Amino acid sequence: MKTSLRINGEERQLDADVRTTLLDALRQHLGLTGSKKGCDHGQCGACTVIVNGRRINSCLTLACMHDGDEITTIEGIGTPDNLAPLQKAFVEHDGFQCGFCTPGQICSATAMLEEAKAGWPSFVSDDLDDIDTLSDEEIAERMSGNLCRCSAYPNIVAAIRESVKETAS
Amino acid sequence: MTLHLKLDNPDEENRLDHMAQGVIGTGANRPDGALKVSGQATYAAEWQRPDMAYGVLVRATVPAGKVEKIDASAVEAMPGIVKVITDPKLLRVPAQGMADAAPAQGNDEVLYFGQPIALVVGDSFEAARHGANHLSVSYLPQEARLDPDAVQTERPEGKQSSQGDLDGVMKTAPVTLDEVWTTPGHNSSAMEPHASMAEWDGDRLTLHGSYQMLKYNRNELADSLGIDPKNVRILSPYVGGGFGSKLGISPEAVAAALAARDLGRPVRVVMPRQQVFETITHRAQCRQRIRLAADETGKLLGIGHDNRVYNLPDEGFAEPVTQATPFTYAAENRAIGQEVATINRVIAGSVRAPGEAIGVPIFENAMDEMAEKLGMDPLEFRLKNIPETPPGQDIPFSSNMLAEALRDGAEKFGWDKRNPTPGAVQEGEWLIGMGMASAVRVNMLMESKARITLTAEGATVETDMTDIGTGTYAILTQIAGELLGLPMEKVTTKLGDTDLPPGSGSGGSFGAASSGTSVYLAAMELRRQIADKLDCDEADLTLKDGQAIAANKTHALADLVGETPFEAEGHIEPGDIASKAFQATFGSHFAEVAVNRHTGETRVRRMLGTFACGRVLNEKTARSQCLGGMTFGIGMALTEEMLFDTRDGHVVNNDFAEYHLPVNLDVPKLEVHFLQERDPYANPMQAKGIGELGICGAAAAVTNAIHNATGVRIRDYPATLDKILPYLP
Repeated sequence: MKTSLRINGEERQLDADVRTTLLDALRQHLGLTGSKKGCDHGQCGACTVIVNGRRINSCLTLACMHDGDEITTIEGIGTPDNLAPLQKAFVEHDGFQCGFCTPGQICSATAMLEEAKAGWPSFVSDDLDDIDTLSDEEIAERMSGNLCRCSAYPNIVAAIRESVKETAS
Repeated sequence: MTLHLKLDNPDEENRLDHMAQGVIGTGANRPDGALKVSGQATYAAEWQRPDMAYGVLVRATVPAGKVEKIDASAVEAMPGIVKVITDPKLLRVPAQGMADAAPAQGNDEVLYFGQPIALVVGDSFEAARHGANHLSVSYLPQEARLDPDAVQTERPEGKQSSQGDLDGVMKTAPVTLDEVWTTPGHNSSAMEPHASMAEWDGDRLTLHGSYQMLKYNRNELADSLGIDPKNVRILSPYVGGGFGSKLGISPEAVAAALAARDLGRPVRVVMPRQQVFETITHRAQCRQRIRLAADETGKLLGIGHDNRVYNLPDEGFAEPVTQATPFTYAAENRAIGQEVATINRVIAGSVRAPGEAIGVPIFENAMDEMAEKLGMDPLEFRLKNIPETPPGQDIPFSSNMLAEALRDGAEKFGWDKRNPTPGAVQEGEWLIGMGMASAVRVNMLMESKARITLTAEGATVETDMTDIGTGTYAILTQIAGELLGLPMEKVTTKLGDTDLPPGSGSGGSFGAASSGTSVYLAAMELRRQIADKLDCDEADLTLKDGQAIAANKTHALADLVGETPFEAEGHIEPGDIASKAFQATFGSHFAEVAVNRHTGETRVRRMLGTFACGRVLNEKTARSQCLGGMTFGIGMALTEEMLFDTRDGHVVNNDFAEYHLPVNLDVPKLEVHFLQERDPYANPMQAKGIGELGICGAAAAVTNAIHNATGVRIRDYPATLDKILPYLP
């Protein structure tokens, strides 16, 4: 089935089996292997990409459902020679070890920060009028859909915290 | 030139402390960081070829029996299916760590539910997956042994030891404890599932895989296929986590290689997560009985530690549960033992810190309980029983900083603020408690080789060593940079390719010390070559920022090297050193938990670890390794539990929805401290392992804190709500 996707600002044409997930389309058909398959069941978050501004597990959706959608993957966030501030903060704070969950963590965090700016509450929010002041607990809760078995969690929170500060200043 | 060292004697020179570059030990960022955060690091499943086919493994759905028939015809008639591979060389199980030869092979007989018995190959992943779901297999089932509690066990002679009279002292000592604990099966759960892409060029096989110990994996793969290891190349430059699960060659690699040879085209096989749970090594569920006897002053008189584990028939591995028991605490009367059951359950093998990962926390639970019986502070009880020398051995410890680690951790954590009465501290609906535990893990050195090439542009380090998230790229770069006087950006480290000199591989916390020492030796040999060129002693040579300084003269290293690169290989072998001193790493864990008085839910509020592991090679990556270990401990204490169906042995919770890893919000701020230590018996860098120490004991700090919060003793891990709620005050 033919599908048009706008990925990282570029028009991409896909002609794939209708059973192809968005994740497999990215990885196997479009050469964008930054998004990872850790469980294929929406349980680990390694495949997180941003579709029309919202983070989703790309393994849980079929590519053919996204005709005309705007998709951002890790490749669209920054390159090794031109890292985004959040990516730099992950390197500086060692917000990863093996690196496998990392593209998903960074895509997830990128969209999460927008969610907070838009005033979306979370499970741990005490005050619905002050959502965008992200406490460490808020960051941890909002990133809990992204597993990291190396358990860089405290460093991931620190990296996101730093990037929040940088954006604010 | 090769500089070879067989470690027979302790290091007396401590040369790294006399270098000038100042990069060793610093928390330098990982050189592989930029690639990893931008999704450009190439893991095994990233490799693709235009004519590549996709394979999906099919699992057995009985726990024991014969495969009567695999009917491939219907599946092979499906659109997009290339072939169903039923080669008898398919692996039944993954190889154990350092097996160096093929594991059990053959798809005629089934030993456990989940055993791979066929590979369905398609032109697309979707077609292969569909075919694999529809392959018709008939079995002649046999009776299976499914419950380790219900089968007969063996007591291997080599696993039993005793000194003095433990039974006697248990009868006469004023204070004794005799209790049984159980821990469930644990899964490594590296985020990257096992994946291999195989391609043949004539007789030569290249495999892009995800493996921890390439020199062994090459031999295991070659032996599985019946070919010469010289014709096998494995590449694993980036590995998405291991934790023991990628020590030995596993079924997807052999299946991909067989299919690629059969079809004459590259084949990629990636295990779905469920298959990783059902096929790859797990930590066996374990029953431990601990006996302690002490006098009124808290001096231990007797230690008993017995355990029961299991494995598949003919698997040599049995979790070395009591590995740290002989040397952690002193007591004249001792009995240590193990019984092993043979059952039809997915293979048991190494998961991060095999042995100490479950042996130490359970022992530390017993120590906590014994301290309570004695009316002693748990910290004081431990400090009182640290042995001067390894009990039962006539050699000293190379270094034992357990007491220092306990005191340092206690002070930084604020242990003196703990209320010793269980259930005494409440904050609203939360019961608050503090717990602590010792951390102990044996230390090892393995044979390892590495090569460094020095050109006018800088240095290149090459070895087949792997970086499974441990920081190998960083530390090898730092070691070479420190000794050769080069900033990190002038050193390139190439890893994970069997064409490169064989390193130690990643496992058992020995990677950094072993592989690092081979790089150290290669760099020392290069220093000698540079000194020769300057006609001075190596010891009088200062290398810094690309400059060589000797006899008050400064030369640019690039000029000295000129057109012909300097090249050197380092080769370390463990020698006689283990007979001269006993090596281990030590530390302490402290945790504060809050237990909800209405639901029984436990939240870890803070956790602190102090560790002594010799020289710290990179403060940042070493800390991250400890964060990881401590978080494994949180998982072990509270949520992680493999469940097996007692009717057919299948893994009930074979995914991340049901096998609960700690998530971000489950892990509070963790504090990690390192003690200044040098261990000359470890290696010339005087560095020891740190990859596993953080898990050894961690779970006990949490469960001991639960007791302090609630009065509830956890004897059956993990500490889920149902085990706490009925007993709350």
